[in-house]
Amino acid sequence: MNALCAVSGTTALLAASFVPASFFRFFSTKLLYPICVLLCLFLLAQDVSFLLSGAAPLTLVLPIGLPDIGMRLRLDSLSSFFGIVVNLGGALASFYGIGYGPHDPHHHRARPFIPIFLAAMNLVLMADDAFTFLLGWEGMSLLSWAMVVSNHQEWGNRKAGYIYLLMANFGGLVLLLGFGLLAGHGGHYGFDSIRAMDKPVWMAGLALLLALIGAGSKAGLVPLHVWLPLAHPAAPSNVSALMSGVMTKVAVYGFIRIAFDLLGTPTWWESLIVLLLGGITCVIGVLHAMLQEDLKRLLAYSTVENIGIIFIGLGLAMAFRANGMEAVAALALTAALLHVFNHSLFKSLLFFGAGAVLSGSGERNMDRLGGLIHRMPQTAVAFLIGCVSIAALPPLNGFVSEWLTFQAILLGPQLPWWGLKFAVPVIGCMLALAAALVAACFVKTYGVTFLGRPRTQAAETAHEVDIFSRTTLFILSALCLVAGIVPGFFIEALGPVTQSLVGKSMPAAESLDWFVVVPQSGSLSSYNGLALLLFILISGVVTAWFIHAFASRLTRKTSAWDCGYPAPTPLSQYGGSSFAQPVRRVFGTLLFGARDHVDMPLPGETRPAHFHVSLVDYVWTRLYVPIVQAVRYASAKIEPFQALSIRRYLMFSFFTLIVLLIVVALWH
Amino acid sequence: MALDLLPPIAAQIGQMILVILVAPLLIGVIRKTKARLLCRVGASIFQPYLDLWKLMVKEIVPAHNTSWIYRVAPYVVFSTTWVAAALVPTFATGLMFHGAADLVAIVGLLATARFALALAGMDVGTSFGGLGASREMMISALAEPAMLMVVFTLAMLAHTTHLAAIATFLAHQPIGLQLSLMLVFLTFIAVLLAENGRIPIDNPATHLELTMVHEAMILEYSGRHLAVIEAAAALKLVLYFSVFLCLFAPCGIVTSLESVPAILEGFVLYMAKLLLGGVALAIGETCVAKMRVFRVAEFLGAGLVLGLLAVLLLFASEGVR
Repeated sequence: MNALCAVSGTTALLAASFVPASFFRFFSTKLLYPICVLLCLFLLAQDVSFLLSGAAPLTLVLPIGLPDIGMRLRLDSLSSFFGIVVNLGGALASFYGIGYGPHDPHHHRARPFIPIFLAAMNLVLMADDAFTFLLGWEGMSLLSWAMVVSNHQEWGNRKAGYIYLLMANFGGLVLLLGFGLLAGHGGHYGFDSIRAMDKPVWMAGLALLLALIGAGSKAGLVPLHVWLPLAHPAAPSNVSALMSGVMTKVAVYGFIRIAFDLLGTPTWWESLIVLLLGGITCVIGVLHAMLQEDLKRLLAYSTVENIGIIFIGLGLAMAFRANGMEAVAALALTAALLHVFNHSLFKSLLFFGAGAVLSGSGERNMDRLGGLIHRMPQTAVAFLIGCVSIAALPPLNGFVSEWLTFQAILLGPQLPWWGLKFAVPVIGCMLALAAALVAACFVKTYGVTFLGRPRTQAAETAHEVDIFSRTTLFILSALCLVAGIVPGFFIEALGPVTQSLVGKSMPAAESLDWFVVVPQSGSLSSYNGLALLLFILISGVVTAWFIHAFASRLTRKTSAWDCGYPAPTPLSQYGGSSFAQPVRRVFGTLLFGARDHVDMPLPGETRPAHFHVSLVDYVWTRLYVPIVQAVRYASAKIEPFQALSIRRYLMFSFFTLIVLLIVVALWH
Repeated sequence: MALDLLPPIAAQIGQMILVILVAPLLIGVIRKTKARLLCRVGASIFQPYLDLWKLMVKEIVPAHNTSWIYRVAPYVVFSTTWVAAALVPTFATGLMFHGAADLVAIVGLLATARFALALAGMDVGTSFGGLGASREMMISALAEPAMLMVVFTLAMLAHTTHLAAIATFLAHQPIGLQLSLMLVFLTFIAVLLAENGRIPIDNPATHLELTMVHEAMILEYSGRHLAVIEAAAALKLVLYFSVFLCLFAPCGIVTSLESVPAILEGFVLYMAKLLLGGVALAIGETCVAKMRVFRVAEFLGAGLVLGLLAVLLLFASEGVR
């Protein structure tokens, strides 16, 4: 049987399980997740075997959908790579879901939507015409919206759902316009005819901008990111992991499919726009993340940051491709795709970990947690691995993709355009800044949540989570570790993808010894995660041996010293907002208008002192609030026209007709 | 095959032992110089060795609340710093593991060490630990990108991020007077001072509550753990000095491990340059006062901008040449 038939059939089965899941409670609570795990694993196996076999693209036309076009499906190396991301995330989220939920009574409402949501994402990846693509895309938006508002009693969730729905509609509309532009007046919505069409430069540029806005609003590019930190945390944790770790990647897929596959070679200014948006996104995202106290919202903002890194890689790939430097374009594209894979691993891991914290303690505000490493030791280990990975520290996987991105940036001077010559080093500086801030952000996340003393009763009485959650956490941790120490295998697996999109691939691992990664053949720069890990382990063991052989082994546990003034209350520890204070003061005053307000009572007064921080989200106040105001103003002006007499409406129709006739007459 | 590998392995192991042995000496020289400049006699330059030994034979006194992070962090900090130091060519290039990590990875390894130490500071659950960790991460958030700008500049000159190759390139190619190199020289000095907690960023000798950064993080450490952390801090200083020498004074670095006299000569030259650097650092530290914590952002921000300017200059000049 053909792999595409297998994949599409399994996707249909996934979608079909929505029906029994929404009608039969037994099916939904007991059978749904195991079935999802099995179907996703099957899809994963198909995608992996297709990607590794390097076979030619498969196509299939189903007799449903638009007349004359039908539903065209296609499986190539790009869609199979993203299929791996989607189905790995889907399988693990479903497995995690088996044990998740006792603390969350609204979780069962989200459950039936999970398989059909996964099916919609698979449909987007397989789509080979604009109609099928948009069908899957809109299905993905709508179904994830349903899961965001699964706990609709909370006002915040309803607001998040509303904003999400608006932004998703906007994004879908823009993509529709983009496809309409590409289809031309002939209405050729099949991707093969779009690909073959001769596109003028303005048309390709406009379509690329529309794709960037449409896919970027789904992925969370600044300034279209405002829905993301509201919607992702509102859903149950396994759905949050799917939305952050997987759905944003489908959006990235949409952009790659349009920009690299359908549109052909870009021009340099298009890549400049993508690069700048990526750079701004990664800095703004991480600064926002740094200032959050809600664990899940912090992770959602960090997703925005990582999307920025991915788009930097994509922008570089476009720039190098526009200059005909295929090998460097392959390097930048590999960096972006590897970061897609890595981010799906560690962001799922962290969201699952946040879900474990939530179910273990009932809290997701880190300022009310603390000391969980003693109560949830296994979750703490897995979460630490996730934090180290996302902070891009060697020898774990986040570092590898950032290293590749840096290597691509360093080849930027070879670009001939001045705009890019100035932009690329600035982008490199922004990426470096973001990388350092992410480390600070995740020291805060881990330190405040898991280390120190418990700040509340909830944190003190937290308990370790069920075996399914822990297994999922450890599977993802192991994958992060493997992807960090032998990145060569993953880079090699990406070879066919870059080969099909930019015509070259990175140097294969077998031509190099010792699992070394080099950015270009013949380059002197190299990175070897395995050797580095072994080196660190050996030196650590030698150090530990030396200390244990020669140093004193006496240990005396006592209370903390703290310079002689230990405060008895655990609230004297650094919390989330106090940890962020230096960064807030250095960056926040300019970018977020951050102000600290201290209300200190005079000597003799008995009222308590108060301290609060005010922040302004300029994207919201400068961009969205004016739009909302304009809409309100316009609707207030149009409102009087709703209740006129029939004579006036007839008069309007008459004058409209006259005006139209004049226009037609002038046109000819 | 085996004979080919012998010199790189010997150089690698020799260098790993060398950096550990020389690190306390460098600290001793700096302290002695500072004492002499302040008209004090000062302790012997070998005192840091005795201090480390004293700490090692003492008992450790962890707080009740500490977890395994507190106990493991010193070893993580030390081993990652040691590996990073081992990857920097000191007196000779051509090390065994030079292919494993380039300059970006060395910056990354130091970030790993910092991450572990900051977590250890948070682990005790005291206000000072959090204070130190939060300030350290703020400083590194500016120092690390500044350091990467230095890396970018050199990588673009030498067309590689590989430190040994950069050092060889700078030692043997006539690159003339490069404005970018001068700019990143200043940036690197700022980063060196910040990352090693030297005056004017932080004072390694203070326990004055409101000004300490690095010392606040490790406030609760004692005994063998403190010894390991102190050794790691000394090692980090040697590492930064070695990188400095590689980049800005690479003359005399041994590029082939063939002749023994050449190696000896390189070694003596390296030691002389290192100790001279220590003396220079001590003089610099004596001349300036420590700045307020939030002035650090301006200081490092200036360093970062200079670094970015250097990179921009190189990007712009690439097409012209």
